[in-house]
Amino acid sequence: MFAILGISPQQLFQQLLVGLINGSFYALLSLGLSVIFGMLNIVNFAHGALYMMGAFGAYFLLQVLGLNYWFALILSPLIVGALGALLERVLLRRLAGLDPLYSLLLTFGLALVIQGLFQNFFGASGLPYAIPSALAGGTNLGFMFLPIYRAWVILFSAIVCFLTWFLIEKTRLGAYLRAATENPTLVRAFGINVPRMITLTYAFGIGLAALAGVLAAPIYQVRPGMGADIISVVFAVVVIGGMGSILGSIVTGFALGVVEGLTKVFYPEASNTVVFVIMAFVLLIRPAGLFGRTA
Amino acid sequence: MSALSPTAPVMTAAHSGRDEKVAFVVMTVLLVVAPLAIYPFFLMQALCIALFACAFNLLVGYVGLLSFGHAMFLGLASYVSAHVAKVWGLDPGLAILAGTASSALLGIVTGALAIRRQGIYFAMITLALSQMIYFFCLEAPFTHGEDGIQSVPQGMLLRLFDLSNQTILYYFVLLVFLFGFLVIYRTINSPFGDILKAIRENEPRAISLGYRVDQYKLAAFVLSAGLAGLAGATKAIFAQNASLTDVQFAMSGEVVLMTLLGGMGTIYGPVVGAFIVVAMQQYLGQYLGEWVTVIQGSIFVVCVLLFRRGIVGEIAQFFKRSL
Repeated sequence: MFAILGISPQQLFQQLLVGLINGSFYALLSLGLSVIFGMLNIVNFAHGALYMMGAFGAYFLLQVLGLNYWFALILSPLIVGALGALLERVLLRRLAGLDPLYSLLLTFGLALVIQGLFQNFFGASGLPYAIPSALAGGTNLGFMFLPIYRAWVILFSAIVCFLTWFLIEKTRLGAYLRAATENPTLVRAFGINVPRMITLTYAFGIGLAALAGVLAAPIYQVRPGMGADIISVVFAVVVIGGMGSILGSIVTGFALGVVEGLTKVFYPEASNTVVFVIMAFVLLIRPAGLFGRTA
Repeated sequence: MSALSPTAPVMTAAHSGRDEKVAFVVMTVLLVVAPLAIYPFFLMQALCIALFACAFNLLVGYVGLLSFGHAMFLGLASYVSAHVAKVWGLDPGLAILAGTASSALLGIVTGALAIRRQGIYFAMITLALSQMIYFFCLEAPFTHGEDGIQSVPQGMLLRLFDLSNQTILYYFVLLVFLFGFLVIYRTINSPFGDILKAIRENEPRAISLGYRVDQYKLAAFVLSAGLAGLAGATKAIFAQNASLTDVQFAMSGEVVLMTLLGGMGTIYGPVVGAFIVVAMQQYLGQYLGEWVTVIQGSIFVVCVLLFRRGIVGEIAQFFKRSL
């Protein structure tokens, strides 16, 4: 089969792997966007910038404090998430009740500020971040060479996505969250602190983005522009999946990463645009998105 | 949501249109004499970008559709216009028409897709589509990738007007701007414009009154795309180049900034916003470097939090005028 298509199996599996890696980032980012959208009813345009901050967080923790990858994996999302909570408390909350377009513009402005600051201090070029020694190297699977770190990223992202889904769909806390999404006033009447829940939800979504940033740091270089590069694809992923469903964003994220990887093998010219083309088709056939509910 | 729409009418008093006409005369006179005091290249740049912002404002200010990908219309038209003028060697007027038409066509396709969703989805869809056009412009052979199309001839307009003469060129660009501006002004103050505003204020109600909302939205979208294209096509002729800058996402963001700063849903707001932002880039760009992005972002935050009406909107509110 490979001979007919003129493509080596090595190349195919390599690109599939790259696709799954990118898919993990798409899934984590679009999951965060969905969670935030569900609770705050806003699109967080600063998501890419905060993903970038997650990667820089890992870099600083290593360079300044000497804390390795494993600490960064926990600390960086916590720190960036705390910053998210602050942003929500100080800025976004003031726009509650106004047209959601205002919060969109606010987060877009924040993204510019964050990205501009990092570009100022670190330039446009990338900073290297070494793969942690425990995950260095790779194994030969016979049909392809599998770098362990990449396998780790896919596995770990899948676990985090599953845990998030479980938390929201299957636990009591998740039930509160879903209830507050439907009717915040009523949930408040039951004595649940909805404003605090909103802050924590925003911080959680941001934390997921920062986590994706830490995971990405050893694969892609740590660059101020890394968030801006990925965010438009993530928005397309969100439009394709529809923001209503948690599972939907996870599945769409991984699937589109794979599709993008396969396009790199079969028709490299279109690999940058394939996700947008799929988005256009989905809009024609199912405007609400594959997993979305019509409003 | 309607009462808190981002573009809620600035004025509550009856709309006579007199203030707007006076302001139009003042603006035209200022722009006619401006080259005596200000570097014409800067003025032309600002005029093209101002027309671009006015076209963008037609959508966000009067239909309530926030496009985050309007650079695709500016950029595509400037490439087409530059190509027609340089490679085909046609009249600059034809080059500009070709650029405008190509953006209007792109507007039909992207608009038909984007208006299938509303609000924030509309913003994300337009962003994604413009990113697709960006990659197209990066890879298509006729755009010459990172180099862009350089040294585009300004040429003889209608074989009569030598556009390589700076004075003639300036007044030509000014005429294009005033033409685009008046098209938008007429559109807003027409029965068609009233229906657009009705859709902005309460879409379900407009539907229940029997209006085919999607067709109105698409028409406004195509008009906005075409006028943004007119701005881009003219820009390619006067600046003698077309590059990736005009099709990049940053440009889509800047036009949102200009309109927000000047005042969404005001007729003169985008013009004021565009002049401020272009001046900031032109005169402060060399000192500030990357700080420009930080400042632009801060302006967004400040505008959204403190004065959502924008500069012109606040002035209009203060003097109880319609601008």
